[in-house]
Amino acid sequence: MTAMHEITVKVNGVDYAREVEGRLTLADFLRHHINLTGTHLGCEHGVCGACTVLVNGKTARGCLMLAVQADEAEITTVEGLAVNGELNDLQQAFMEHHALQCGFCTPGMLMTLTELLQENPHPKEQDVRDAISGNICRCTGYQGIVAAALAVAEQRDC
Amino acid sequence: MKPPVFEYHRPESLREALELLATLSDAKILAGGQSLMPMMNFRYVMPEHIIDINRLKELAEIKRVHDGIKFGAMARHDQAKKSEIVLEHCPLIAVGMEYVAHAQIRNRGTIGGSMAHLDPSAEWPALLAVHDATLHVQSSSGERDVPILEWSQGFMAPNLAEDEMLTDITVATWPARHVYGFAELARRKGDFALAGAAVLLDFDGEVISRAALALMGVEVGPVRMIDAENLLVGERPSDELFREAAEHATVVAGIDDVHASASYRQKVAVVMAKRALEQASNRRKIRTLAA
Repeated sequence: MTAMHEITVKVNGVDYAREVEGRLTLADFLRHHINLTGTHLGCEHGVCGACTVLVNGKTARGCLMLAVQADEAEITTVEGLAVNGELNDLQQAFMEHHALQCGFCTPGMLMTLTELLQENPHPKEQDVRDAISGNICRCTGYQGIVAAALAVAEQRDC
Repeated sequence: MKPPVFEYHRPESLREALELLATLSDAKILAGGQSLMPMMNFRYVMPEHIIDINRLKELAEIKRVHDGIKFGAMARHDQAKKSEIVLEHCPLIAVGMEYVAHAQIRNRGTIGGSMAHLDPSAEWPALLAVHDATLHVQSSSGERDVPILEWSQGFMAPNLAEDEMLTDITVATWPARHVYGFAELARRKGDFALAGAAVLLDFDGEVISRAALALMGVEVGPVRMIDAENLLVGERPSDELFREAAEHATVVAGIDDVHASASYRQKVAVVMAKRALEQASNRRKIRTLAA
């Protein structure tokens, strides 16, 4: 029997106190322990980017971090993007620009682009493409995703 | 694809971490986790104990010291990319960081983790090689310094005993007037490099007074191209000179694997070395024009 660790994590503004095994990944904690299944798991070795979440405001692979490491941290997942039950502007732009088809990569794409637009409110197309280079989409291609991010940057300017 | 069972330890001080490392058997240090975590998920490594050093603030700094810039082992790639100290004193490193994986990885991955993992295609070893870096290693019973070119002991085998931890790395800075270049070929942005080159040049008038050229992705550790450097020093930059210097890259053994053959990597290394030299030279031209 391995030791259990008590952790307190704030996820999308809500505090959670749980006991976790050392080997539990942050992504599995989010999905299975607090039932936030919006964060997807694709490759589970840091390549596909589907499990990208914000840890203290910065993107991280949920599969390459342990839940116990998130003790005292603030996590934002895709469920934390909507405002009062309404899609936020980036999510809305994804819908309008056909930036998703099956939707598997979408949570990771949204979190990655959330960080990009915070760090660089006026990205060029190449900046957007570089930013999502660590997120793999296998159905729509990237055109709609890039268009959505650029549209949001323009909108936010107005 | 889940990590195997291990005991998790989170020391609050370096001393505590070193004591754990000395007393626990089969323990691994967890830094940024961007290499160790995938290897545990794949179960390529199954340590009994994980010592998480992410809370050790004392290892997270990048600061000026009398003989250069000191990077704590827990300085993250993104931190190095944006550090004003790095941008001012060793800007090549900030440029090199652009090539390290993707933003999400750079937010977590660390210089110490990269150097302890020692992937042949990683950027840090070459960036540190041109800066004649010294790696500082500590254990509960002592400490020692390892010059960068003595760090690699074989494929992914750093010069690090089981009870030792890489705690910080100091790079020697060049005069503010120095110029630099970095070139790398990967199949897509952020992928592992097939080959790459890092260059520092200093000038006395129109003549190259000092040169450092290192290759990555072609041998198990970073390779300094001393013959090429000797060829460059005392000469004026020219296409012919850079071509001849870059040709020295054909002497590397080259790594033969599923991604590329050794001979292809040698050819790519030559092109990358030339591009890095041209970048450095162009930076100098632009600076001269601006002055």
